[in-house]
Amino acid sequence: MRVWKFGDDIDTDAIIPGRFLTIYDPAELAKHAFEGTRDEFAKGAREGDVVVGGTNFGCGSSREHAPLALLGAGIGVVVAKSFARIFYRNAVNTGLLPLVCPEADSIRDGDAVSVDISGGYIEANGKRLAVEPVPGFLKRIVDAGGLVAYAKNLDEVETCSTE
Amino acid sequence: MSATIAEKIFSQRCGRTVRAGEVVMAPVDAAMIHDITGPLAVRVFGEMGGERVYDPERIIMLFDHQVPADSIPAAENHVFMRQFADEQGIHNYDLLEGVCHQVVMEKGRAAPGEIIVGTDSHTCTYGAAGAFATGIGSTDMGFVLKFGALYFRVPESILVEVDGKFGRRVGAKDLILSLAGDIGADGATYMALEFTGRALHEMNMAGRMTCANMAIEMGAKAGIVRPDAATWEYVTARRDIEPFDLAGDADAGYRERRHYDVTDLAPQVAVPHNVDNVVDVGDVAGTKVDQVFIGSCTNGRYEDLAEAAEVLGTADAFADGVRVIVIPASRTEYLKALRGGLIERFVEAGALVEAPCCGPCMGGAFGLLAPGEVSLSTSNRNFRGRQGSTQALVYLASPATAAASALYGEITDPREV
Repeated sequence: MRVWKFGDDIDTDAIIPGRFLTIYDPAELAKHAFEGTRDEFAKGAREGDVVVGGTNFGCGSSREHAPLALLGAGIGVVVAKSFARIFYRNAVNTGLLPLVCPEADSIRDGDAVSVDISGGYIEANGKRLAVEPVPGFLKRIVDAGGLVAYAKNLDEVETCSTE
Repeated sequence: MSATIAEKIFSQRCGRTVRAGEVVMAPVDAAMIHDITGPLAVRVFGEMGGERVYDPERIIMLFDHQVPADSIPAAENHVFMRQFADEQGIHNYDLLEGVCHQVVMEKGRAAPGEIIVGTDSHTCTYGAAGAFATGIGSTDMGFVLKFGALYFRVPESILVEVDGKFGRRVGAKDLILSLAGDIGADGATYMALEFTGRALHEMNMAGRMTCANMAIEMGAKAGIVRPDAATWEYVTARRDIEPFDLAGDADAGYRERRHYDVTDLAPQVAVPHNVDNVVDVGDVAGTKVDQVFIGSCTNGRYEDLAEAAEVLGTADAFADGVRVIVIPASRTEYLKALRGGLIERFVEAGALVEAPCCGPCMGGAFGLLAPGEVSLSTSNRNFRGRQGSTQALVYLASPATAAASALYGEITDPREV
């Protein structure tokens, strides 16, 4: 399992270009992930690989096609120094785990990688790096396996309740 | 207790004091879905066991990204959404009215103090009406369709106070681009921008919408213009609502207070490939352009088209070799421009005028760029590949700068035309 390293401000147009937004199937979307900006990703990504970005990963459009395209490519975890807000929430909701790693810059493209969520770290090229857990109410969604699974058994919600 | 506008809106809607940082399951006053992200929200609603939406009258549906349908899958999406609207009793504006954010505003579906969500990142536009409005993904929208509420982390706010008077042919777009350049693409992540100051309050609603629209380009969750008489005039002309006071308190716990003066502001241009990569127009003047796009939820209103037409003046034609695409943001704005003679002027000068829709901005429908081509656009994003080829270059600017550049075939300072 390897790292696919990207830079800062990776936008959702780069993750999945606008002309593919009539596709909703993750496996089909994955065929066009990073098309035009990093074509080898769609061909080379394998189950369990990890995408690593810099700051503001997933900025731009609210398109949920972006986390779906990564999931379809076999990516289960995205690591970045920081995430754009809508992408972060979409990732949690769809079952793609976004992990903030202050030291993401030290991870290199192609590094062998493993993730220990309960331990709160990832290991890239033999080096252990701490990752921040998903906070509060979003953790419950992660634990349920996404917002659909979380919401399926709810009949109603208590409006104005706090987490 | 003193509070920001964002805190006041959440407190008012929750019936108790809510502070920045708190996570609340807040009621949603209106929810907007369109043809690209809506179908996934509807599917998710079904997967969540949803049968009837929480309140069809609070749901706004329309198609604007791929209209008229540019492919069979797009046409199928439209059919799918129409069926859902019929089953659920949702009013569907369909593909007739225009770009979602313009339509929500002009139909009076956004008002001060409301909490509004939309499956589009530029939903923050309704902050021009004093609403707390934010873009969400389709799965969150599935949840909203079912429950009429959503978990929100109440954001901290940055107060943006803008004073001074704009120079000739400089305006709202130049201001918001300069702010993006200053604050940065992630400088307001998870926060609300609250706009006030003389330059903002002297601005018409079209300009305020341009500013609120681009809050997301700084990572902000919302961009709220403090409501004033102009806000209430706009909103009360469209719906039955009693005006009330909604302002951030002077001693509220703002994360930051930023002060700007627009008096000496030059026309601004965002250069490829990031919205915060902003320079004075003079720095890129002379750059050849292949396509100029005047339109979008950012700058497709009558006032924007009038600004472009004023620069066009009595010139016979746009420069040879430049494709000029003009797309009014809505049917209403189109009619205003038509009746005002603007459309005739644009067509005479050689522009393609298209029916209201997102057009080249979403990079999927039409108006796409070939490798190596250069576009100057009044829209909101210049990401690599945003308007077609990843080898194309997109510059962002105001309608005045767009018109000046279309006249000369290269990026041109509108003050020198």
